[in-house]
Parts: sequence; C-alpha cells; structure tokens
Amino acid sequence: MRTKKRLKKAGWIAFFVTPALGVVFAFILLPLFMSLFNSLFSWNQLIRSDYTGFRNFERLFFTYPYQERFFNALGNNVKWFVLTMIVQNGAGLLFGYVLSKGIAGSSIYRRIFFIPVLFSIAAVGFLWGLYLRPNGMVNALLQLTGLGEYASAWLGNASTATYSIIIVNIWRWVGFPSLVFLTAINSVPSECTEAAYLDGSSEWQMFRHIVFPLIIPSVTIITILTVIGSLNVFEQVYTMAGLDGAPNYATDTIGTLFYRTAFGSVDSGAPEIGIGSAVAVVIYVMTFGISLFSIMVTRSREVEM
Amino acid sequence: MNTMRFRYASLEKKAFIIFIQIIMIGYVVLILYPLFNMIMSSFKSTRDIMRFPFSLPKAFDFSNYVSAWVDKGFSGYFLNSLYYTLVSMAFVVLFGSMAAFGVSRYIFKGNTLLYMLFLSGIMLPLKAAVIPLFQIIKGFGIMDSPLSVIFIFIAMGIPSTVFILSGFMKTIPAALEQAARIDGASELRIYSQIVMPICMPSVALVVIYNAVPIWNEFFFPLVFLQKDRLKTLPVGLSSFIGQHSTNWALLFTGLSIAIVPMLLMYLFMSKYFIKGMTAGAVK
Repeated sequence: MRTKKRLKKAGWIAFFVTPALGVVFAFILLPLFMSLFNSLFSWNQLIRSDYTGFRNFERLFFTYPYQERFFNALGNNVKWFVLTMIVQNGAGLLFGYVLSKGIAGSSIYRRIFFIPVLFSIAAVGFLWGLYLRPNGMVNALLQLTGLGEYASAWLGNASTATYSIIIVNIWRWVGFPSLVFLTAINSVPSECTEAAYLDGSSEWQMFRHIVFPLIIPSVTIITILTVIGSLNVFEQVYTMAGLDGAPNYATDTIGTLFYRTAFGSVDSGAPEIGIGSAVAVVIYVMTFGISLFSIMVTRSREVEM
Repeated sequence: MNTMRFRYASLEKKAFIIFIQIIMIGYVVLILYPLFNMIMSSFKSTRDIMRFPFSLPKAFDFSNYVSAWVDKGFSGYFLNSLYYTLVSMAFVVLFGSMAAFGVSRYIFKGNTLLYMLFLSGIMLPLKAAVIPLFQIIKGFGIMDSPLSVIFIFIAMGIPSTVFILSGFMKTIPAALEQAARIDGASELRIYSQIVMPICMPSVALVVIYNAVPIWNEFFFPLVFLQKDRLKTLPVGLSSFIGQHSTNWALLFTGLSIAIVPMLLMYLFMSKYFIKGMTAGAVK
C-alpha cells in the first residue's frame, strides 16, 4: 500500500517536472556538454574528424590569426565591462539613490528612465547608428551649438567607435540598475537611516556607511548581470559596426568573433566548428568563473541585518 | 525619510538639489528627444531629414508607414514576432509553472538538485551554445521552421519562470492543498484549480519578464530563420536597413514600427512592467 502511494507520488512529480526538464536538458544543458565535446576534436567543415585534445585552444590562444583576433576582442569586452560598471552602474546607483529620496518628479523620472530598457538592442543599435553617422543628428547638433569642430565619424573612427557603441548601450540600459538600486534602497529599514540622521551624519556619510553596505546583495546581482552582458555583447556591435567589428576590428568582441568562426570564417572562409567551440567554452568558463568570483567578493562584504 | 525636500533645505542643500534636478531633467531629454526625433523623421522625406534634421514635419503624412507596412513586409514581420512570442510564452508559463509546482510542493530526494539544474539555466549564456543548438535543431529537422526559435525561446524562459514561481509557491500554506486532497482532489486539480489561481500575480510578472526579451530577441531568429516570410521584426529590420541604407525616411519609419508598440504598451502598463522587471532580480 505504502509503496503504491509512493510510486503514485513519484509519477505525479515526473508528470509535472518532465516537460520543463526535457526542454532545459535538450536546449541548455546538452548544448553545454556538446560544446565541451566539440572543442576537443578537429573538424572538416561540419564533419567531426580526429580527437585532438586541447589543440583548438592552443590555436586560439597562440597562433595567427586567432591569437591576435581573440585578444583584441577580449580587450574590447574588458572595455565594455569596466565602462559599464563605472558609468552605467555608477549612474544607476546615483539615480536610484536620488529617486529613493523622493526628489520632486521622482515617479515621472523613474518611468521615463526605464523606457529604453524595453526596446530591442537591434532597433536601438540601428537608430543610434543613423544618428551617429557623419551627416547624422549628433554632428548636426554639434554644428548647431557651435561645437562643429568636435563633429566626427563616431563609428568610423577606430578611436571612438567602441566607446560610442558602449555609450549607446548605457543609454538603453541605465534604467535597469537604477530601478534595482531604487528597490534595494527603499527596503533599507528607516530606523537605520533615521538614527544616523539624528546623529548628524551628512548625506554622503549616510550613503557610504549605512545605505551602501545594506544594498550589497543588489550590487552583486548587478555586477553579475554586467559580467554576463559584457561577455555576450553581440547585437550592439552587429547593428552598429557589422560582423567584422569595423573599422579594422576596432569594435570586435568575443561574441562577433565567435559568430564569424562558427558561421563565416576568420581564416579560410568556411565554418570552424572546433575553434568556434573553443571560443564558446572560453565564454562559458569566464562567465561562470567571474560571476562566482564576484559573488565571493561581494558576499564577504555583505552585512547581516 | 525625505532629506531632499526643497522647501526646508539649507542653502547649500538647495544648490545641491538644483544640481541634481538639472542632471535628471538632462537625462530625461537625452532619452525622449532621440525618440521624438525618430517619430518626427518618419513623417518627413529623406531630403528634409538631411536638410533640416531638427524641424517638425510639414504634415503628418503616413505614406512612409504604408510603404513599410505593406510593400516592405513589416506587417508580416510583426505578425511573426507576435506568433512566436505568444506560442512560446504559453509553453513557458505552462511548463514553467508545472515544474515550479513539482519542485516546490513535493518533498523528495534530488529536489534541491533539480532546482539547481533549472537555476543554472539563468547563468549559462545560451548564445555561446549556438553551434550545438545548430546541430540539435538540424537533428530534429526543424531548421528554418518557426519551431526552431519557439523551442529556444521556451528554453530561455523556463529557468527564470521556475525561479520566480517556485519562490512564490513555497509561501502558499500546505494546509490548503491537504484539505483538497482529503476531499479527493487529484494532484492535477490541486495544481490547476488551487495553486495556480493564487499564483496569478506572479504569473503576470513572469509574462512581462520573459515576453519583452523574447519579442526583442535578435540572435536566434537571425541564425535559424532564413526565409524572409518567417523573419521577426528585429531581424526584418536588419535586412531592411541593409537594402535601403540611403532612404532615411523609410529607415526611421521601420524603426518607429519596431519601437512604438513597446512604447505604447509601456505607457499603459508601466506599473506592471517596473514590478515585473525587478521581480527576478531583487528579493
């Protein structure tokens, strides 16, 4: 009787869990292991040939042209991460803090800042691609305000292209960290801030010593999302600079490099499944590793309430 | 504690508040003006956009819209996006809520492991898996078919759905379903008629949290859908931009068609959107 009941329960659990588990297994977990597997073989176009151990990784890290392309792209991903952390998340923290203070117009600001978050990266990329052209709106505005000498081919110039794309992406996304930090700051118990206020702490002291330590969990979340986002940049570069990361690979990222190796090519004009899978494994390892690292760093600074 | 109320502030603080207000208003302009300019440009001719980029259109002439929507196939792209989003969201909610029910309402060995398995899907960048996904989708024989992106969208949505819904389901008192069990209700009935109705607010959050990225998704439809009649709005936009790179009037019209629906929906539902987008990120 008991075993029958237990079997029945197991049957129901299987019934509820299997469809979702099947999809997650087939389209998330299986691809992960297949990437690992694929990266250990040499490939003749789409046909797997010999087991080669870590040969694909060696080629990626140490031989021409992969080495040059890979580290160039990685350097750009680092720029994405650093600039996004400082400018976007810094502004997000400032906006979140100011909005939590009930400054006049807060609820309108909050709604408007969040608008671009809902737009597709592709549409935003194309729109700003138009505005940033040499004869586009940005330069026209500079001319109009007498700053014409600063007008530039923002996306055509190797020194400004990556930064322009990053700033467009910050324009689109800054509302998200703002909102997350706003929610976190609002949940800081008012006894904590009130006590500090009565002690005569300044606004900055209050933020630095009371509010910030209490919102570290949301800082962790935003940091991890920034890590994942920065390593997976693709659409932004594709829509504003093209698959090759024009001009002359100045805007290339791991994402666009990965796409070219997997579908077009870096070297021979044919898909390179082996190297492509190696790039994928590198993306996986870095995403997971750096996320874990940032969890550990911020966890150690978390305060118990 | 509103320490930034203007009226009672010291002089120094007043200056600070004005400074902050300038930043906030400046950023509002930085967000709204490019959108305003985009919509205005969609009513202008390419010549006028070039010569007077900041002027208002002479008249609200919808010929650019007719041209993009009818002749350039935007109606098709729009319907495709709608179709893929609706179908995949239906399965995300169904499969995701069933799994959340299984993981959160039963105690069994491997319960936590299963939960972690679903969660790991949030941390794994699916884009990096495009080569094996290509092999898998080829294996299923669904290349260049709507099913390819629908399956991937379902997989994209399930992890966060299980996470949000199982978190909510854990807070529902067990006594409720025990009573139903004694009354002889089947497990399926408990799921569909007792637990799910209580979960509806969280289901709304799940829908918003997942429908926006699915509607906007660019990468997978780009890779897996080659036929023009299957393309989604963001991908259709990209082929359109490639073909008409000198016709700025049409480009701005295409962009407006891609962006304005989201803008309108947001204006009507901003309260839910804001709740929905933070629900997954903050406890």
